[in-house]
Amino acid sequence: MEALTSLQIIGYVFLQFIPVWVGMLVIFALSIMTKNRTGLYGRLFDSPIGMVGFALVLFWVLTAIFADAIMTHAPLETASGMKNKLPGTPLRGAAEGDFQWYLFGGDNLARDVFSRMVAGSRIVLVIAPAATLFAFMVGITLGLPAGYFGGRADTILSFLANLVLAFPVILLFYLLVTPEIRAAGAEIRIWGGNIWVTSIPNILAAILFLFPILFLLILFQSRFFTRPMLRNILIAGTLLVGAWMYSGLAFNADPLGLLGMDPNLLNIFVSVVFVNSPTVFRIVRGLALDIQTRDYVAAAQTRGEGPWYIMLWEILPNARGPLIVDFCLRIGYTTILLGTLGFFGLGLSPESPDWGSTINEGRKLLTLYPHPALIPALALMSMVLGLNLLADGLREQSLKD
Amino acid sequence: MGRFILRRTGVMLLTALCLTFIVFFMTNLHPNLEKLAKTEGNMRMTDEQVESWLVNRGYTQNVFVKYGQWLGVMPSPRFEVGEEVYTRCSRPGVSLEETGRFCGVLQGNFGFSTVFKGEVSEIIAKRLSLTGWLMLFVLIVMVPMALVIGILAGMREGSRTDRSLSTFAIATTATPEYVSGVIFVVLFASSRTGLSPILHEWGWIEKKTMFKGLASTAANDITLANFTLPVMALALYGVGYIARMTRASMAEVMTAQYIRTARLKGVSFRNIVLKHALRNALIAPFTVIMLQIPWLLTGVVIVETLFNYKGFGWTLVQAAGNNDIELLLGVSVVAVLVVLVTQLISDIGYVFLNPRIRVS
Repeated sequence: MEALTSLQIIGYVFLQFIPVWVGMLVIFALSIMTKNRTGLYGRLFDSPIGMVGFALVLFWVLTAIFADAIMTHAPLETASGMKNKLPGTPLRGAAEGDFQWYLFGGDNLARDVFSRMVAGSRIVLVIAPAATLFAFMVGITLGLPAGYFGGRADTILSFLANLVLAFPVILLFYLLVTPEIRAAGAEIRIWGGNIWVTSIPNILAAILFLFPILFLLILFQSRFFTRPMLRNILIAGTLLVGAWMYSGLAFNADPLGLLGMDPNLLNIFVSVVFVNSPTVFRIVRGLALDIQTRDYVAAAQTRGEGPWYIMLWEILPNARGPLIVDFCLRIGYTTILLGTLGFFGLGLSPESPDWGSTINEGRKLLTLYPHPALIPALALMSMVLGLNLLADGLREQSLKD
Repeated sequence: MGRFILRRTGVMLLTALCLTFIVFFMTNLHPNLEKLAKTEGNMRMTDEQVESWLVNRGYTQNVFVKYGQWLGVMPSPRFEVGEEVYTRCSRPGVSLEETGRFCGVLQGNFGFSTVFKGEVSEIIAKRLSLTGWLMLFVLIVMVPMALVIGILAGMREGSRTDRSLSTFAIATTATPEYVSGVIFVVLFASSRTGLSPILHEWGWIEKKTMFKGLASTAANDITLANFTLPVMALALYGVGYIARMTRASMAEVMTAQYIRTARLKGVSFRNIVLKHALRNALIAPFTVIMLQIPWLLTGVVIVETLFNYKGFGWTLVQAAGNNDIELLLGVSVVAVLVVLVTQLISDIGYVFLNPRIRVS
């Protein structure tokens, strides 16, 4: 069989991504039709930059969702004679039902670069937003009281935040994401016959993963304490789901056996949350300091509302604009951080298809065979660019208020 | 002002102490020490032998005591291993009498590197000077480029120039060093792809490639060919951020009353920008540029690894990857100090530059 020409490669790639194109068309059509009724999200479609950013982000989100349909080969599958082959090379000895080409070529272990890029999007798009969300939970739960109450707690928390911020990120990663650190600690027998090691990442996970539960509990209690029925249902639900997820994610000991986190992954996740939280803390603290002088806060105080109600139901909703913008930017930054970890071969296993690790694998033969490193590099860049443009569009539109 | 500087310096020292202790604690975790014992002693040591190796050399003392000894505020004890007597200061060919009681960082003794077989302080000094050159060229490229972009964009907010330059700035912040490095190498330093083969065919360049994909030769001799790509990769990621800050600052100044007055008086736009707006617009970017230096540190590590330039960042990777505890500690001290000192300078500089801020 002949090798594909550049035009044919583009054509086949386009065909592989059909589920994504359809999804994007549907979402864009629906969003533009209803844009007068969807507030800030709808106004995004008035700004060309915001639209381009949204399209790029949507492309990768849909790619991650439809990854199984888009991939032409399994991401770990090797094929004989396909080592470092150029894009468009026909697959040697392909069976009847197989896809006949390596669209973006083969890497130095004869795996399909195209499929690995698509599989990598799934890893990145799960970890980066989730880690950012956790960092926001930590930052908001600590930043609001620090800004609102001030005083000694604020001084201590700010000092701790500055401490983490003064730590060179790369050094922190090299100290926190090593195989040795996971073994450093006492083994404790916990429920279900599982063993938990008191290593630094595990302890950090146990602390950091508490914050989302804490946040939701305070959120419901402060608002609905006057309606005990509803409050009890909400809090019981939060506690039940929270405890289940917490035991699965932080202790890898889910009694139902559904949730669990690979120790490597937990290590990376915790480090990324840890690095991001202090910055979010500082932003939220600043916003709380600014907003608490407003009249509606004074009105709530006069009404006799509790401090947590004011923080979570008066200040936080009014700080949403800058927070949403920062959330988009921070997902991009987290993606870059994850790539950095992969680039240094820290954390995830070397055969993992995430973009950072693939760039690291591919860079060794970069001048001879550029495609194995170039493809994930461009993928990472386009996604972060999309997030940054989206954030810029959102900022522009939210300032118009 | 004096009290402000004094207080800031105090907080800085406290932070430095906390951070170095954290690094010390994490590098001296037991699994790391076991690994050290096995690489320094014998790979096939039993657990008991490892333990006695560590006990003999004082590694099993309380971590605070060890930190005090490393810092040089506590006397370094002597250890006997067979015939030999050790302290932290012991080096081959130096008698024990010549060394003092205190052997810590404060006495200038950063320890001995197990990987490079040399004094940590000497290794770091050498590597740091190499990275200094890299940083110098990066700043020379990055700062003027960022300021020009920011000023041109912020001069007329919302214009077409502003929009295209702002988009460029956003694009650079989406391109981390390991991405731009890869793209640059493929475009300019490969004899098979990118621009080099085309230019070579046309006879515009004599060599096979425009630039070199490795900067290892730059340690002895910096040339355009071996240093351009690492400098560009580092500079590009930082440009966007500084440019956006400059743009915001410039745009704010351009709406100020005194600019309006100057305009109404009939001062030319060129003079307004150069003589009136620029000075005030450059206060904010100064802080950002200073704070950018610690941020460049991560970039330096990436770029030096990617281009194999054996500077400070490369040393960090080697120390961390080979469990060279003393060297990693030394590198961390320098890294932490760089971050804290630039923060201090940016705080003080901001107050100096901006007459509107009065420190109580």
